[in-house]
Amino acid sequence: MPCEHTQNQLHGYLDGELDPASAASFEKHLESCPDCKQTLAAEEALHQSIQKANLYERAPESLRKSLLGSSQQLPAVRAFPAPRALAWQWLAAAAVFLLAAVFGWQQLQKPRGASEAQLMAVSLVDAHLRSLQPGHLTDVESTDQHTVKPWFDGRIDFAPPVHDFVGDGFPLLGGRLDVAGGRTVAALVYGRRKHIINVFVEKSASENYWKGAGESQGYHWLAWQQNGFSVCAVSDVAPADLAELQKLFAAQ
Amino acid sequence: MPHLDAAFNLARWLLRNRTDAEDVTQDAVVRAFRAFGTYRSGNARAWLLQIVRNTCFTWLRQNRMAAEFMEFDETTMPQESENPETLALAGSDREQLTRALEELPESFREMLVLRELEGCSYKEIAEITLRPIGTVMSGLARARRQLRTALSNPAPKEARRAV
Repeated sequence: MPCEHTQNQLHGYLDGELDPASAASFEKHLESCPDCKQTLAAEEALHQSIQKANLYERAPESLRKSLLGSSQQLPAVRAFPAPRALAWQWLAAAAVFLLAAVFGWQQLQKPRGASEAQLMAVSLVDAHLRSLQPGHLTDVESTDQHTVKPWFDGRIDFAPPVHDFVGDGFPLLGGRLDVAGGRTVAALVYGRRKHIINVFVEKSASENYWKGAGESQGYHWLAWQQNGFSVCAVSDVAPADLAELQKLFAAQ
Repeated sequence: MPHLDAAFNLARWLLRNRTDAEDVTQDAVVRAFRAFGTYRSGNARAWLLQIVRNTCFTWLRQNRMAAEFMEFDETTMPQESENPETLALAGSDREQLTRALEELPESFREMLVLRELEGCSYKEIAEITLRPIGTVMSGLARARRQLRTALSNPAPKEARRAV
């Protein structure tokens, strides 16, 4: 008989939709339930392969152009009679402007702090995605913190905190330089089960005071301040895993 | 224009065809403009996607009869690809996943596309698909189980349309 948690909580946990208390209690349950453990592993593998397969299909340029109402770009084979097509075209152009206006207005309404955090997160999630492309993950590949830490000497103007947490289930895989928000940052790469976690580190400054947590394109991020560094962990693991990694960092 | 990719992607997966998705997305944007009076400040992406979804289902209802007589298989048609490199990388995985996802029932497919591709929260999916959040969670669970089953026993290509 399948475990009732499998039906109820597993997917909420997988999608990072459980509140921290339920997530913690589910993790506890996970330790003693091979059924859930197996299903979770299978679901994570599925999620990974969907993300890797890059199934997202962006709007083609032709659609963008015809929505902007440029008459030369309107497809010749529209099934509309000519006079209506013209009216339709104007309507579409007006629609685009109106929608752009309202969405733009909506963006402006967001609190400034929130949108900056969002921008930072989007930029780091992009960096995370780039790192997952073949050959991009590490500049220095080593599980030894005493190899990774000195590698940053002379490459950036600060010494990032580098620790291996293999005993806690977060093995250090290496490090690399990355760029976020136009600045060079240190990226430490950790494994978590079969997932990759990028931990971005930069010297704290007013323009990069990373803080908070959230989700972008299906990836979770968790940012915090520590000893004058801005740190942000990005991965497709559950938020609870990122929180655990934060605790390990803070304990150093 | 904001959220146009999101609108197109949802339409493409609901209709399983890029050309139709292009027409329907265009139609949906015009509808969004007409229905502008019903927009209350809130999640603009969810609001637009809800309109795209409705437009897709209307289109599917109107065209389903006709589509059943169309014998060709659009996955074998050359598809415009945004990035040949990603195709080469993912290779067969991508093709297999595309087919398995396209074969899922619409209600499962839309939840998976919104969650896995669009990164929507359960709350947003509930808003877009007009379902309670609990139904979204259990629906996703069933959708993923079915997708995993389909991937572990891929149906022969010929049998595809018969399902």
